[in-house]
Amino acid sequence: MSADAPADAPHAAHGAPHTPVFVGQARAELDELGKRYPTKRALLLPALWMVQHARGWISEEAMAEVAEVLELTPAYVKGVVSFYTMYHQHPVGKHFIQVCTTSPCAVCGAEDVRDAFLRHTGCEALGVTSADGKYTVIEVECLGACGFATPVMINEDFLESVTPEKVPDILAGLK
Amino acid sequence: MGYPHKPHDREMPVLSKYFGDAGAISLDGWKQRGGYAALRKALGMAPTEITAIVKESGLRGRGGAGFPTGVKWSFMKLDDGKPHYLCCNADESEPGTFKDREIMRWTPHALIEGCAIGAYAIGAETCYVYIRGEFTEPIARMEAALREAYAAGILGPNAMGSGKTVNVYVHRGAGAYICGEETALMNSIEGRRGNPRIKPPFPAVAGVFGMPTTINNVETLAAVPHILNNGADWYRKIGRADNPKSTGTKLFSVCGNVQRPGNYEVPLGFPFKDFLYDLCGGPLPGRRFKAIIPGGISVPIQTVDEAEASFMDYEGFVEHGTMLGSGGVIVIDDHQNLVKQIARAARFFAHESCAQCTQCREGTGWTTRILERIVAGDGTSEDLDTLLEIADNMTGKTICVLSDSCAVPVVTGIGKFRGDFEALIKTKATVMVPAVV
Repeated sequence: MSADAPADAPHAAHGAPHTPVFVGQARAELDELGKRYPTKRALLLPALWMVQHARGWISEEAMAEVAEVLELTPAYVKGVVSFYTMYHQHPVGKHFIQVCTTSPCAVCGAEDVRDAFLRHTGCEALGVTSADGKYTVIEVECLGACGFATPVMINEDFLESVTPEKVPDILAGLK
Repeated sequence: MGYPHKPHDREMPVLSKYFGDAGAISLDGWKQRGGYAALRKALGMAPTEITAIVKESGLRGRGGAGFPTGVKWSFMKLDDGKPHYLCCNADESEPGTFKDREIMRWTPHALIEGCAIGAYAIGAETCYVYIRGEFTEPIARMEAALREAYAAGILGPNAMGSGKTVNVYVHRGAGAYICGEETALMNSIEGRRGNPRIKPPFPAVAGVFGMPTTINNVETLAAVPHILNNGADWYRKIGRADNPKSTGTKLFSVCGNVQRPGNYEVPLGFPFKDFLYDLCGGPLPGRRFKAIIPGGISVPIQTVDEAEASFMDYEGFVEHGTMLGSGGVIVIDDHQNLVKQIARAARFFAHESCAQCTQCREGTGWTTRILERIVAGDGTSEDLDTLLEIADNMTGKTICVLSDSCAVPVVTGIGKFRGDFEALIKTKATVMVPAVV
């Protein structure tokens, strides 16, 4: 799926009525992707990415819509959504910040980078969105850029060689 | 080459020749650098001829297992009348490894060319490149390159005018280390949870969508065009003269406490001591190496003495207590609390366990809890025996090797650095680790 989708997709609120994602152009895009695979089920990960790009997270109602479109059950779709860490089952901050703290980065001071993000965003704890709804900070397992410790992902942007000193400027640069 | 550093004269840049060269990313740029000559040549050959050349070259899988690539391809029965699939494993998630990322960022067409040749050689019309979801930039580069390749008629129903169908598609993962395991990867493509499958049946018999499938790592496939262009002999002669089992060049990703982290491409069999001190610049000022993990976090930890005696190939690392793995070299120095890092590795595996096998689901969790308790200063004298017993229960008993991989740093850590564990248990104090910035 396309990685160049808008980084700041509007985040639907919890409990807001679900408006279908797979209508018009999105439906056409999904059908076009369907030509790549011999089964409908194989469209599940791409479809879930489309939902997350459009809504910011994947609600149970959205899972039900995906299930209907792909002829699966909502329970099956939820089973898949909950397996993969990148799919959000709840709304997250406008800027979703993932700091790699796995061993190769940990030996280079990644935990200090994590703490700097927590401190400067005002997030109370890892995974807890800031009161203004702007930030969520989490630890992520190995981002696959260990030679550029510490890598950080903010929404779909991938930053390399982040140090605690750079954190205020990075946050100031977010729109 | 030593990207992001300037190339070192002892490197042998083949796959990494254009790392950092923005001109190589586009189709035109890639063609100017000799791109797609190998695919054109391949499409004029019989698939079995290509497989024979790859077999003769000695190329082995670069993802970790080191299985001979040509032999793997030859398992695909070309006349079985079934659709075949090639899956390119670009899930690169093994801590310490970041080479495939650079291949896709700088030379996406090199990978597409390798995928197309591989697909044709195994009788597949479709190749899925499974890229981990976090690799947004490599995904964007690969998708842009694929659009160019389709528009130029390199891929599609009449690939390069050959009359043959070759399709290459990106399939984006969504955050799961286990999807780098080949059968989990296939499940993930099919739209399932990424649980590994019991083998047999092996993928060459029943793989993705139940059809014969070959799974190759990015670096493996990217090497194939060079082998077709330069010949099997050329490739086979790269490596230690006295070790014909490991041929060609290999990308090593280096991270942790060294002067110059980055990717380096050297002939297999390169002396590891020279690599660590000469190419990577040795330890940071005033520090000493303490432990080296040379092939991604799943391989046994080496002492510095073991590392310095190793040759960097499949056999050379085994001779000194570890494995080549994915070539992700993690360097840990004497300013680190090694037990804390092993605990962090265990937490990684606990987080990434797919949880379908009991030994792994429970073992990774308990290993993490005990290790973190030791690091917190609450360890007991029985803890090391308990850890080793758990590790024994986690080894060789599960569907895939994630469980074994979690046991490896524990067993080799306690085996080779027992004093570090005992010191923590005895002092019952939390050791503060100085930050490295």
